[in-house]
Amino acid sequence: MDAPVIDLLQLYPRDMNIYGDWGNVLVLRKRLQLRGYDVRLHEYNPGDTFPDQVDLIVGGGGQDSGQNKIQADLHQLGGRLRELADDGVPMLAICGLYQLFGNFFKTHTGEVIEGIGLLDVDTIGGPKRLIGNTVLESEEFGTVIGYENHSGQTFLKGGTQPLGTVTKGEGNNGQDSTEGARYRNVVASYLHGSLLPKNPAVADFLVRHAALRRHGSFDDAPLEIPFEEQAREDAAARPR
Amino acid sequence: MRHLLATLAGKAVKTVAKLRGGGSALPGLVAEKIDPNFLPRTLGNLPQGVVVISGTNGKTTTTKMVVELLQGQGLKVFTNRTGSNFTRGVVAAVLGETTIGGKLDADVAVLELDEAHAVHFVKLVAPRYCLLLNVMRDQLDRFGEIETTAGFLRQIAAATTETVVLNREDPRIAALADSVTADRVLYFGLAPQLRSMFPSDDDMRSGSTSDASARPAADVVLSACEGASATFTVGDRDIDAELKLTGVYNIYNAAAALALARTVVGADVDEDALLESLEAVTPAFGRGESLTVNGKPLDLVLVKNPAGFRLALRSFPPAGFSTMIAINDNYADGRDMSWLWDVDFDSLADAGVAEVSGVRANDMALRLFYEDVPVRHVDTDLSASLQRFIALEPDAPKRIYCTYTAMLALRRELGKLTEVEVVS
Repeated sequence: MDAPVIDLLQLYPRDMNIYGDWGNVLVLRKRLQLRGYDVRLHEYNPGDTFPDQVDLIVGGGGQDSGQNKIQADLHQLGGRLRELADDGVPMLAICGLYQLFGNFFKTHTGEVIEGIGLLDVDTIGGPKRLIGNTVLESEEFGTVIGYENHSGQTFLKGGTQPLGTVTKGEGNNGQDSTEGARYRNVVASYLHGSLLPKNPAVADFLVRHAALRRHGSFDDAPLEIPFEEQAREDAAARPR
Repeated sequence: MRHLLATLAGKAVKTVAKLRGGGSALPGLVAEKIDPNFLPRTLGNLPQGVVVISGTNGKTTTTKMVVELLQGQGLKVFTNRTGSNFTRGVVAAVLGETTIGGKLDADVAVLELDEAHAVHFVKLVAPRYCLLLNVMRDQLDRFGEIETTAGFLRQIAAATTETVVLNREDPRIAALADSVTADRVLYFGLAPQLRSMFPSDDDMRSGSTSDASARPAADVVLSACEGASATFTVGDRDIDAELKLTGVYNIYNAAAALALARTVVGADVDEDALLESLEAVTPAFGRGESLTVNGKPLDLVLVKNPAGFRLALRSFPPAGFSTMIAINDNYADGRDMSWLWDVDFDSLADAGVAEVSGVRANDMALRLFYEDVPVRHVDTDLSASLQRFIALEPDAPKRIYCTYTAMLALRRELGKLTEVEVVS
């Protein structure tokens, strides 16, 4: 019997790939393979044809210049992404893509960049960059560890839940202790690091929902990944 | 009078600082406070002016090349050798070589400056020449974004009065030509077939190189490169060189150094002496050193960002070598480990990695696990890891990829363990 297939789509790898976001794709692919899935990796860049079958979507952060390049394309794609999210497709949106998944980004010069409104969050350009090692506590995922580097300050609207509560670092906006956002099976966060290698609970959440939605079942047996727990402990203990 | 006072006070502090051990920037601070015009006056009077070299990767070795090329042309060169690549460090270095009267005995100053500090420096002293190497994701956790770093380099280009030398193949550097008010812009570049070896920061994921159309003509082109043999094309002439530098990035920076040195010397350039100097240049301290440990070669390869690590892995085939990787995340290394995920390690998959060490050894080991690279030992204790590494395969030549502070620690440990002979 052929292995069950999962179609994993990387959004804008050419322009939105800064700070090791590729690590998230590698980890999802490997963990799916270890669980017996055949992973088809798709790259979607501006102007490409969006594949019909998508089970899992990952997107990362970009320089301002990268974000400018994808904006028009993302707006065209917005309706499709919102439908997929409402239909339960798991997604991981990091940093720049997190901001553009929201309602808008108002820059420090007052320019307003429209988002696609997949998440009910607003982002305002801040006066300083929030940079450093970051630790969150999340009811769903336990302790989440990463590295933030952003100047946009994001505010959760209309009851949007955060990914977690910051115990080290600044989080969404440096004011309300929230970090990231959750909607259906969408996880959004400012954390690089990359996020998924050191946060297997988040990785497996995405993998589980991709498999359940496509194939109707998922074997939850934990994976034994060497160095994973130790790398988490080391990262959590480092200075900001 | 103020100048004399500043010089004397600075020199006094320098002596005290030396006695205390270290402190290369403190005397500079003292001289700077007493006489803010100290640098402009001392450096402003040099007959051939001031040369500034900046960029995220390869500054130190490139500066060393330029200095040696110019010395080979008979120029008396002042440089900030102590590695203090910010303004106070430059003041301190100047103090070390000025007469009591405050005169610097040199024809030209060649200064390696950190991108952010260079902005401050060029406001004090307008360079006659500058060489801008590249903008890579390196200190993003310090400077925020690549564009910010490019903005610093733009200010250096704009402040330069005579000639600006730019890397044609780095889109963010080539774009700085717009801001130049100096008389001339020169480029160093790569022959088309070499471009895929040097992905710019934008090409990191796609692996392709940027659009090749509309590149300006380059003064010096690296047209072939194999091991330590290189061919540089200058005008319509090919220069074959046997270098003591390895690593394609070092060899490309030799093209940069040649372009800069040729323009500083001008029409009188002695081509034979230039080639002779170029072939004699050895890498700067810790930027890719070859040591001999227990009679076997051990290479230390400094890695500090994804582009550099990728180039290093591509430059040094792992077959026949025993490999160690040491990753620290101290301030000087950068705290963010994300960059390890932007390096392809698959070239190490066959030979494997004997030791993974450093403060973030487990992050590095996890990275290698996800790339199916076998790892023999993982140990955050650098000293223990190094001892095992040397003892494990005593007859194999060895190579250690290391971040900056890991490299400093390894040098200290190597000195304790064994007779270390610096080969180059």
